[in-house]
Amino acid sequence: MIQYEKFTLANGLRVLVHEDKSTPMAVLDVIYDVGARDENPNKTGFAHLFEHLMFGGSVNVPVYDEPLQIAGGENNAYTSNDLTNYYCQLPAENIETAFWLESDRMLSLAFSEKSLEVQRKVVSEEFKEHYINKPYGDVWHKMRKLAYTKHPYKWMTIGEELSHVENATLQDVKDFFFEHYTPSNAILVVAGNVTIAEVKMLAEKWFGPIPAGNKYKRDLPQEPKQTEARKLEVRANVPLDAIYKCWHIYPRLDQRYYVVDLITEILSGGGSSRLFQSLVKEKKLFSNVECYHVGSTDAGLLTIEGKLLKGVSMADAETAINEEIKKLQAEGVTEKELEKVKNKTESTMAFNDMSITERADSLAVYELLGDANLINTELGKYQAVTTTDIITESRVIFDEKNCSTLYYYSNNA
Amino acid sequence: MINRTLAPEIKDATEFNLQLKPYEKFTLDNGVEVYAINAGAQDVLQLEMIFYAGNSYEPANAIAAVTNHMLKNGTSTKTAFQINEHFEYYGSHCNRSCSNEIASVSLHTLNKHLNVLLPVMKEMITDSIFPEDELATYKQICKQKLSVSLQKCDFVANRLIDAYVFGSDHPYGKVITAADYDAITTDQLKQHFNKYYLNGKCVMFVAGLLPKDIFQQLNKNFGSLSLNKQQIILPAHQILPAIEKKYRIQNDANGVQGAIRMARPFPTRHHPDYMKTMVLNAVFGGFFGSRLMSNIREEKGYTYGIHSYIQNHIQDSAWLISTEAGKDVCEATVEEVYKEMELLREELIDEEELSLVRNYLIGSILGDLDGPFHIIGRWKNIVLNNLDEKYFYDSITAIKTVSAEELQALSEKYLKAEDFYELIVI
Repeated sequence: MIQYEKFTLANGLRVLVHEDKSTPMAVLDVIYDVGARDENPNKTGFAHLFEHLMFGGSVNVPVYDEPLQIAGGENNAYTSNDLTNYYCQLPAENIETAFWLESDRMLSLAFSEKSLEVQRKVVSEEFKEHYINKPYGDVWHKMRKLAYTKHPYKWMTIGEELSHVENATLQDVKDFFFEHYTPSNAILVVAGNVTIAEVKMLAEKWFGPIPAGNKYKRDLPQEPKQTEARKLEVRANVPLDAIYKCWHIYPRLDQRYYVVDLITEILSGGGSSRLFQSLVKEKKLFSNVECYHVGSTDAGLLTIEGKLLKGVSMADAETAINEEIKKLQAEGVTEKELEKVKNKTESTMAFNDMSITERADSLAVYELLGDANLINTELGKYQAVTTTDIITESRVIFDEKNCSTLYYYSNNA
Repeated sequence: MINRTLAPEIKDATEFNLQLKPYEKFTLDNGVEVYAINAGAQDVLQLEMIFYAGNSYEPANAIAAVTNHMLKNGTSTKTAFQINEHFEYYGSHCNRSCSNEIASVSLHTLNKHLNVLLPVMKEMITDSIFPEDELATYKQICKQKLSVSLQKCDFVANRLIDAYVFGSDHPYGKVITAADYDAITTDQLKQHFNKYYLNGKCVMFVAGLLPKDIFQQLNKNFGSLSLNKQQIILPAHQILPAIEKKYRIQNDANGVQGAIRMARPFPTRHHPDYMKTMVLNAVFGGFFGSRLMSNIREEKGYTYGIHSYIQNHIQDSAWLISTEAGKDVCEATVEEVYKEMELLREELIDEEELSLVRNYLIGSILGDLDGPFHIIGRWKNIVLNNLDEKYFYDSITAIKTVSAEELQALSEKYLKAEDFYELIVI
């Protein structure tokens, strides 16, 4: 049971406090309710570029990192299609430094031309490193466009194309900041060796005076139901043929999400999972095969991907995947198999809760989803899933009409 | 109104009294030592069994790593599937890893399942049979993975730079090829297993909110095994560094970035320069506020990240600079790295910068002592490097007290351009 207390400042900033006296450290985590899905289709990659700019100085503090390092702190941030999260960890005695730095950049940034110019280049190199200069690096770029026709999940967090980031202007940066980086669009979590009273006082002192700003109203185009199979063939200079199949699944808060999450574990959660045992070990068609989803807030994708062993045909590989799916749809799972993936979920959660950084992150993400207490109640939702749910959902999801397939052929094979 | 231009008061991080929680040590009936940290709030634990079975002991490339991996691929009574299913049913993770001197088998589990998991770990380390069919499949997987990795400039650069510094016959510089995997036989694996696991040298590390009978459980399962009976001698490997220092390699005709690696030999943790050099490394390229990062990423935007570090080796080490930079700015990046070395040799680090680095390092160690797994990680590093807790406290002292003059002297000694191997792989 993770204990926490929640209060809201007059400007709308939600604050959660989790006390843990066993550590000398404290974590301050700020989540902003903005991700790549909130971007203008012609200015993609902006939420992530913006994350970089948040370290380029704020209105009263010329540099973010140095004062934090002097206080013995470390920080980082990440951007997803759904949200942007900033977190720092430092000795608990110095927690006020984190309040000072984070509140100043929520108040306003320095908006420096130089910082924008450099970070455009840095993000371009990040784009190259992860998505261009790497075998199979463009898969998700292509797959998102295939699987989504309307919803902004059709582009990646890093951006639809390099030029969007390269053309970003300072005015774009300012507009984005004042639309999204306001107290009413943010959640603050403080965890570690702190007291609730101390956090209340510091939150009022540093974040209280920030103007509320406007609450961003999200109105995203919804993805229409897919009604026919989509297929795309790609040829590239990669050593091995690969296949990627994606099916639309459910939003994060839908009860069926938990069923689907357990299905991915049954298919590929380890050395005894179905796809690995059948396709890698027994049939010897793949050198690796995985099934996963990324837990996105709006309806996401369940993916099965694999690299084919040399000499195996794409048709045979796909048939074998489909046979495993049919078997699941026809026979379902045993109680023992379901128990296995539930046990794994329980254990994963216990290990995640080991670190205050993870606990702070989970509280912030769950609060953003609408209820921080999911940190304590979510295991129950997994426990409630039955073998009947698994068979029912596997029949709904794994419909070829709901599927996008990317055949990624090697030029050298 | 608060004055937001003024930083709040802080406790200087160097004033923190860092304590490394002492371990408890048990010795099993057969002499195997178990280092234990009992701490934490969750009912979970981590057990790591270390064997002196790394690639320094192997007769041919990849034998040690493949033997280690295949400890989960079948015993005389269980198939690979059954072993995996057993661990996974209880929501636990049993992992293997292999490095140069040591190879390990580890377990992460909820405490309540420990008693049904340990007997299977015992089976793995006493009764693995290395089935032909499992080896054939695993070789295919390794070769396919290697073929993808070889297309990545960073992977190619990492292998080559190690080979330049240590020589490709040295365990630290080995370059594994597909032909190496093809040549592996189950007999070789069985021999390695027999010598270095079944009759090997073992030490254990366990951490978490430990059950009261942890010693009894470990002793019951592992205390009567034939471990630590024979002397395991580390074969001598000669370092044969490359003569040529500068390399430019075209690996991918369509590459848009180059992987840059620069490296020089460096002594181990036992050397008197080691601790102070760790502080110098932080200033140079060891964290986000370092000079390399500030100049090459934050000022010039040539790269997403650039780092320097001292390799975590036991016998001998190297100091490396590593980055991926735009194809057109690779040469400029190398030039800037040398300029930063020159600055460190020629100018004293000012007190403001040095104090920031001291505080950052202390804060970072404090954060890294959070929880039983981190604490045992520190101890493991100390024990496996034949050091003691004095090493931990002396490192702290070095961070708090090293002077700018000493750092300059170290720069003059170690950051000389002519000593560095230099490699760009595009």
